[in-house]
Amino acid sequence: MTGTFSSAITLHVNGTDHELTVDNRRTLLDALRENLGRTGPKKGCDHGQCGACTVLLDGRRVVSCLTLAVAAEGAAVTTVEGIAGDGALGPIQQGFVRLDGFQCGYCTPGQICSAVGMLAEHAAGWPSAVTADVSPDGPAHELDTAEVRERMSGNLCRCGAYPSIVRAVLEAAAREEAAR
Amino acid sequence: MNGEPITGAVGAPRPRIEGPLKVTGTARYAADVPMPGLAHGWIVTATVSRGRLRAIDTSAALGMPGVLGVLDHRDAPRLNPAAGNYFGPDGSLQLLQDDVIPYAGRPIALVLAETLEQARAAAGAIRVDYDVQPHDVGFHLDHPASRPASTAFGPEADTGDVDAELAASAVVIDERYRTPEECHSAMEPHAATAWWENGHLYAVDSNQGAFSVSQVLAALWSIDRDRVHVRSEHVGGGFGGKGLCGPQVILAAMAGERFERPVRVTLTREQVFEATASRPPTDQQVRIGADADGRLRAVHHRAAYALSPLAEYIEWCTEQAKILYAAPAIRTQLTAVPLDVLPPASMRGPGATPGSFALESAMDEVAERLGLDPLELRLRNQPTAAPVSGRPFSSRRLISCLQEGARRFGWAARDRHPRTRREGPLLIGSGMAATSFSAGVFPSTASITAETDGTFTVGIDASDIGTGARTALTAVAADALGVGTEQIRIRIGDSDLGMAWGAGGSRGTTSWSFAIIEAAKKLRERLDDPARPVTATMDTSALIDYQPARERQTFSAVFAEVTVDPATGEVRVRRLLGMFAVGRVINPMLARSQVVGGMIMGLSMALHEESVRDPGTGRQVNGDFAGYHIAAHADVPDIEADFVPDYEPQDPSGFNGLGEIGTAGTAAAIANAVWHATGRRQRSLPIRLDRVLEAVPAQAPAGEVHAA
Repeated sequence: MTGTFSSAITLHVNGTDHELTVDNRRTLLDALRENLGRTGPKKGCDHGQCGACTVLLDGRRVVSCLTLAVAAEGAAVTTVEGIAGDGALGPIQQGFVRLDGFQCGYCTPGQICSAVGMLAEHAAGWPSAVTADVSPDGPAHELDTAEVRERMSGNLCRCGAYPSIVRAVLEAAAREEAAR
Repeated sequence: MNGEPITGAVGAPRPRIEGPLKVTGTARYAADVPMPGLAHGWIVTATVSRGRLRAIDTSAALGMPGVLGVLDHRDAPRLNPAAGNYFGPDGSLQLLQDDVIPYAGRPIALVLAETLEQARAAAGAIRVDYDVQPHDVGFHLDHPASRPASTAFGPEADTGDVDAELAASAVVIDERYRTPEECHSAMEPHAATAWWENGHLYAVDSNQGAFSVSQVLAALWSIDRDRVHVRSEHVGGGFGGKGLCGPQVILAAMAGERFERPVRVTLTREQVFEATASRPPTDQQVRIGADADGRLRAVHHRAAYALSPLAEYIEWCTEQAKILYAAPAIRTQLTAVPLDVLPPASMRGPGATPGSFALESAMDEVAERLGLDPLELRLRNQPTAAPVSGRPFSSRRLISCLQEGARRFGWAARDRHPRTRREGPLLIGSGMAATSFSAGVFPSTASITAETDGTFTVGIDASDIGTGARTALTAVAADALGVGTEQIRIRIGDSDLGMAWGAGGSRGTTSWSFAIIEAAKKLRERLDDPARPVTATMDTSALIDYQPARERQTFSAVFAEVTVDPATGEVRVRRLLGMFAVGRVINPMLARSQVVGGMIMGLSMALHEESVRDPGTGRQVNGDFAGYHIAAHADVPDIEADFVPDYEPQDPSGFNGLGEIGTAGTAAAIANAVWHATGRRQRSLPIRLDRVLEAVPAQAPAGEVHAA
């Protein structure tokens, strides 16, 4: 069913197709939470300022509060619920638990999705604002604390778990590197 | 059961019990709970700072798709005006009861609709006319409306002759310090889902104490407390901003009653800023007199904070002047200034956090004037008993914090002269501060059931707002019962579990632990009887010494190193180290996370946070995370925090609270480091770029880069 104010769409979330009719104003965040019951992504500001709603869209991180649901049709959406594989926690999730990378846990789904997307961006050679040499033929930049802090700065944490989050992300990155 | 309990759970670092739920997105917060038949409420807030509602036109909104109705002061359920909090009746709870606008951001209507989008659109279609009255949001220490603050937390100090001691001092400093209005800014906006069934009110709410919220709701609706059931299993941060009964749950309960459906009300981020609570601005005068050898002769701390006439509140900025240093004359004067602003509420380290910024900045200024190391100045003025009350301290390990912190930080190598360290264009400085925060215990109830399968179920209305309460209390219960933590199941965050203190005042864990330990004692007496299940319940109200003979305080020393770019005014914290004396630590990993988080909030206070009000409208102009910056990843260095060995003799297990002391002290340490880097004092927070730029002398030394 389509009409002036709503659209029938298919959302591909964590490997499953969902057919739904949404208000055209509905954000991807609200579609995930209200239509599909995927309440892992959190609404912290609804303005793209805090990062709690971060999900992956075709592997790239987006703030789902500033993404309209109708615009996410055809893309593969990965929420925090889809990060763990086969019931086991992913390496970043394990690091968050073991190193205490959260306190209240509200920003955590966004931090984790953002970290997954960020590691992929880094692996693809994307520079950041603190990368010293951004020339195309420059050296591969190592992922250090300054790089992680810069690249994760779109994800606010009021409890102040930042130092532990950085450690958890760097540890997961080192494990990924070793596995390669 | 024979013999002494097995000990060992307390003191061991353990990851959070609910960790796997939180990293997979399966922990349900108040706005996450599935609810059939749910309707969504959207709040409309007042846009003027003082006045009356002349008209609310809801006709357009009511005709919009999906709209179920609008509640405003003309037709909302009537609430009991006597309902209140600790200080008595609280007008901030009386939502939609009359046409009076006491502050901008006051909820004035609630739209109810089938979906979020419909509710939001309809809220935007409501037309409000006001009779606007002149407002006053201009806060300062000598405001004509100022009055002495309530002394409900303790009397003012007035020992010795301050003026005579100042006159006899070799060095006197007399300075003003200012801190702005701030917002708690928990990442989870206040949310509640409420419904009524057979005269009972049910709510899933984000708060810091479900029992106290149930008490307030029961009072507002004039019903038995047993008819109000509040759950708050997972809460996305609080920091004091969710300590009271919030507008979300009052409005959701009203709409649920009127429309006979479950209703969810979630505040927008802007509404969290304008309609929940704030740390009030402070304006403080500190006078300190000292002898040439650094002995203090007088401390006079005079402080004012803003509040709303709607509710009493104490921002106890002057407490530390009575605790930290010995002096023959100590005077405190705390002043409240009623203005047309959002009612304040405790924000992490209330009183102590802005108060220590003033006191510990002033101490640094005394050290500067004396040409003395600021660490040494503090060490020379340590009291043997509480300077004003004369009572001995229960445990005071501040000297250990100062000395061990200084050793780890490498303080001895510091040249005390300012503006002596440079790295390229950057000025480098270091600073420190000492601090204290009061500790104690409040009544709570715990139940423990020995189950048929050999496990134990602990029930207590504790609140885990990120503190790790669930994990810490499991360890406490395991040791108290003499079993492993795997045999303990814990239930928290439910008002039906009985009366308990909330997560506030750095007294949650001590209060809940006390109740659990007493319930465990009682249960152990009954375990020889093989009947199972068997339950023991204990209420600690009668066991608490409310007027202990000893001062119960926690202490810390904070050290900071900053870089200052004089060309941009940018201050960056490069190192931050805190040493804490907080009694016996239950879980070192979680405790460290909490004090590190507190220090980061202190860093954020020092450099970033400021709720700015437009004097013309009285409204906050920066009420979102773009305008009100809280420290992000890139602002925060790796932080070292540790605990000196300590044991609180007034607690059955040696515990004290540690949720707030991390925040107090940090801003002063950073401000003192900025002085050390630049040679200029920063007496107003936050230490903004323009304040640092202004402080750079016009005649820069050769080689220093300035902005054009």
